[in-house]
Amino acid sequence: MAVIEQKAERAEAGAGQGWVGTLGYFGRRYPLGAAGAAIGITFVLMALFADWITTFDPTATDPRGTLSWPTAIHPFGTDYLGRDMWSRIVYGARISLAVGLGSTSLGCLFGCTIGLMSGYFGGWLDLVIQRLMDIMQSLPLLVMALVLTAALGPSLPNTIIAISIPLIPYVSRVIRSNALMLREMPYVEAARAVGMNEFAIAVRHVLPNTLAPLIVLATAQLGSTILVEAALSFLGLGVPEPHPSWGRMLSESAAEYVRTAPWLVIFPGTAISLAVFATNLVGDALRDILDPRQRD
Amino acid sequence: MGAYLIRRFLLMLLTLFGISVVIFVLLRIVPGDIADILFAAAGMIDPAEKAQIQKDLGLDQPLLLQYGHWIGGLLHGDLGYSYVSEKPALEEIAPRIPISAKLAGLALLFAVSFGIPLGVISAVRQNTLLDYVLRVVSLSGLSLPSFWLGLLILIVFVRYLGWIPIYTEPPASAWDAFVLYSIPAAAVGFRSSALMMRLTRSSMLEVLRQDYIRTARAKGASAASVSFKHALRNAVLPVVTIVGIEAAFLVGGLIVTETVFNIPGVARFLVEAIRWRDYPIVQNLVLFIAVVVLTMNFLIDMAYLALDPRIAYEK
Repeated sequence: MAVIEQKAERAEAGAGQGWVGTLGYFGRRYPLGAAGAAIGITFVLMALFADWITTFDPTATDPRGTLSWPTAIHPFGTDYLGRDMWSRIVYGARISLAVGLGSTSLGCLFGCTIGLMSGYFGGWLDLVIQRLMDIMQSLPLLVMALVLTAALGPSLPNTIIAISIPLIPYVSRVIRSNALMLREMPYVEAARAVGMNEFAIAVRHVLPNTLAPLIVLATAQLGSTILVEAALSFLGLGVPEPHPSWGRMLSESAAEYVRTAPWLVIFPGTAISLAVFATNLVGDALRDILDPRQRD
Repeated sequence: MGAYLIRRFLLMLLTLFGISVVIFVLLRIVPGDIADILFAAAGMIDPAEKAQIQKDLGLDQPLLLQYGHWIGGLLHGDLGYSYVSEKPALEEIAPRIPISAKLAGLALLFAVSFGIPLGVISAVRQNTLLDYVLRVVSLSGLSLPSFWLGLLILIVFVRYLGWIPIYTEPPASAWDAFVLYSIPAAAVGFRSSALMMRLTRSSMLEVLRQDYIRTARAKGASAASVSFKHALRNAVLPVVTIVGIEAAFLVGGLIVTETVFNIPGVARFLVEAIRWRDYPIVQNLVLFIAVVVLTMNFLIDMAYLALDPRIAYEK
């Protein structure tokens, strides 16, 4: 239905053909979402081409050039070890993207599997899974992630795992409620009537129909995983040295340098906020496009 | 109704039991306990001494026995002893709770008093410039890390006012306390206010389209009366849910903000205890947080019942 509406709107707007026309249409229809996508793509490009857009190694220290104000050579200044902040922020995009995308996809993968089993198959399995999800949801995301990083030890893969696990209940709840509704659909009954086995129905007919809410949820969670990583690293329990994590940069600068070197606080924080802001803008636009019932 | 309450309560106990097992096991699969950390810090490696410490702290006992000991003590109000300070865990935790509670309360107050009215205004003025500005502000509220907001506030205070709003000693008067707490509370509450604003807006937009609103306008009720009296009453219900969920999520914001502003609250204490592998503190604190979250959820369900007579929970 939504697709037909959009096609009609596009025809009215006289949008061109092909993907350029489609992009142009969405850009005009959802300017905020398009702005978010542009910022997001910039960060991805920064992460991919970090070697080419920086001149200094993000971990190279320079004892003679510590705590330098932003200059032509160091556009974002240097930190207390003389490391170039521009390089650290550009390479930091890799860490934030790796943690954000990694933990969101891991959380969605497990959440989807669990939610689908719980909603589609129901029965005692559903009951047990729901109680387990209750347990996981009785702690705020950051607290759960804190305890998990403490248990797993500080490393990049462990941080990804620690942030992905608390996401599972949120994803599985959404998928479950969708699966509950979808399993009563006539086409599921038809598939059953022609003798398709239950597992195949769940994967072939139910799962694809939960994709739209899943994408909306995943984009919304992407921002919060980046924030949780920043908070964990800020507290000294997330991504360890020598990885240049935006959150960790803030924890190094927090206490001592608020007074003397404000650029150490301003630039990493701006990077985190912009990245999360971009995912939120894209998430809002995607929700409007894919889930028109929630449109205001 | 009575049966519903009892079932809810039993489910809550089951969840708490589950979370206690999860936390207990998670803390003990970590390689290295406090004895290792103490010895690494001191640079001594006398295995006999280390074994003695582990024995004194009961770390050499089987896990099931350690768990039983913890829960058994808990039921008698005995939370064990902090490994680090060697004081009773209850004595360490209890005095820190009111500090965090005040901070959380102020943050929620901030969130509600800004989030809800601005959400109403945004909905009433839908698709105007004001609406766009408010929406972008609320979206940025969800994007700024609260600890960064805290650091920015510190920079402004330090650079331009020459005053650091950092907790050094317990505030002398209630007014001092209010000033000291309100700054970090705003840093934490900004996110919640943004969320409430978004939710109030979309909930208001839905309600404003209903027939009884047209009736209210038709009989000549003023615009303010329609928005705040007729519409908000119904629109505020989903917001109540968010107030409950946010109250729990504030704990996350408190952890980082208490660290930034050096406030000796219970949330920052959790991070310190995790760093030191101070099991008795960590496991009791985490369980305490779970109790707070579950109680909040329960109260919200009850508030729903009181606010909306259409809802009746099954017997």
